[in-house]
Amino acid sequence: MKYVLLFGDTKERAKQWEAMPEAQREAAYAPINQWFEKYGNKVTGGHELQPERTATTVKFNNGKPVITDGPFIEGKETIGGYAEVTVADLDEALEMAKAWPTGGPVEVRPVIDRGEPQR
Amino acid sequence: MTAALVRMLGDFDLAEELVQEALLEALQHWPKEGIPEKPGAWLLTTARRKAVDQLRRQARFRDKLAQLEGDVMRDDTAEGDDRLRLIFTCCHPALSREAQVALTLRAVAGLTTIEIARAFITSETTIAQRIVRAKRKIVDANIPYRMPAERDMGERLDEVLAVLYLMFNEGYLATAGEQASRRDLAEDAAWLAGLMVRLMPHEPEALGLLALMRLHLARARARFDDAGNIVLLENQDRRRWDQERIGSAVVLLQRAATLHRAGPYQLQAAIAACHTEARTWGETDWRQIVALYDALLELMPSPVVALNRAIARRYRDGPNAALADVERLTATLDSYYLFHATRAELLRDLGREPEARTALVRALELTANPAERALLQKRLS
Repeated sequence: MKYVLLFGDTKERAKQWEAMPEAQREAAYAPINQWFEKYGNKVTGGHELQPERTATTVKFNNGKPVITDGPFIEGKETIGGYAEVTVADLDEALEMAKAWPTGGPVEVRPVIDRGEPQR
Repeated sequence: MTAALVRMLGDFDLAEELVQEALLEALQHWPKEGIPEKPGAWLLTTARRKAVDQLRRQARFRDKLAQLEGDVMRDDTAEGDDRLRLIFTCCHPALSREAQVALTLRAVAGLTTIEIARAFITSETTIAQRIVRAKRKIVDANIPYRMPAERDMGERLDEVLAVLYLMFNEGYLATAGEQASRRDLAEDAAWLAGLMVRLMPHEPEALGLLALMRLHLARARARFDDAGNIVLLENQDRRRWDQERIGSAVVLLQRAATLHRAGPYQLQAAIAACHTEARTWGETDWRQIVALYDALLELMPSPVVALNRAIARRYRDGPNAALADVERLTATLDSYYLFHATRAELLRDLGREPEARTALVRALELTANPAERALLQKRLS
């Protein structure tokens, strides 16, 4: 069964993260890399995302697309990245989420499986 | 199939519901374990098992079978494992607390949606939707139908016990006034806790929770007078306490103690036991009670526990010391009616009448429970 783990963070911490000097950021990545080493065989996709300031949102106004600057999720939280994982059940996905080391929240969502052929 | 069950239960709606539940269980099992050789027989067995549960549950109201745990209702191991899987699934932390409660009452205790709705004074539709949504999440998010992993067991058991305790309190605290029309949710919760103890006999906190519930239930009859007014512990007629139940609770606590893992439910039960062991209010061992609250605060540092400890100190160390403790909690408990009611009592002890009245008025503003309100009104006049 496939799930997507959405890695959240507060906007403030995301900014701090961006402002870090290179060496410090590398050190901060160490636990994340460890996480991927540990669970890598279950991760079947995903990416870290560029910061929110790079986001562009297309909204629809009476069906007419309107392009706006910024993310569509409003509030204090932002999504920093996501991973697609293939595991047996929710408990296994939750175990991975519980081990996520950044301190930010992780939303676990099952993926709708329409039975497409595996690529 | 429904017919066979109707014969067994004498209740068509119920039989139909059990068949539907068996089908739901099949939905969970078959994709993983394969379709059994005789699917019809599998369904009937599952539905029959649910029907047996139902009959047992009814039986307990007749002769309190539940109190004779272990002997009369010993589950065979396979069936017991299956029940545990069901309980842990119903109380999975991925479900909201209210969904956990409704699902557990429905699927484990066998209450109908109407009964659950009555217990929570809400509509049948609300409960039915809550259960449907929860079942849908179990299927869609693939919440596994199995025992938690060893490393999660502590956490998951805590979750189950928290669900049962909430259920119990809902039943126990809300019984003021119109209890005749309400189902006794507290008894249901105690039955479920008894089930947990039977299925996991070496979990001290499960034993502690069951003991705690029994100690409360043992005093239930003395809590209200004939007019439905609250009778405070101090003024209760202790002859009306159910000594048999108290005895069984103390045995459970002793059993828990031999497992050498103290926990919040055991400590709360021990505090309740201190009260039931005193033959009169005057004989209450407040030193022991304060010491137990100290231990409880260490495990569960909550302001409500601290408030209760302060109340115990009133009797051990006097109102001055207790009031000082209470007032340290102002920031966190300002919107809790018992905080102000307690403060009022202490101020009155100290002869500070005007301040006591102000605190009582504040307490009244903060509770809607009619029996609590009546008690506060009486103190005001």
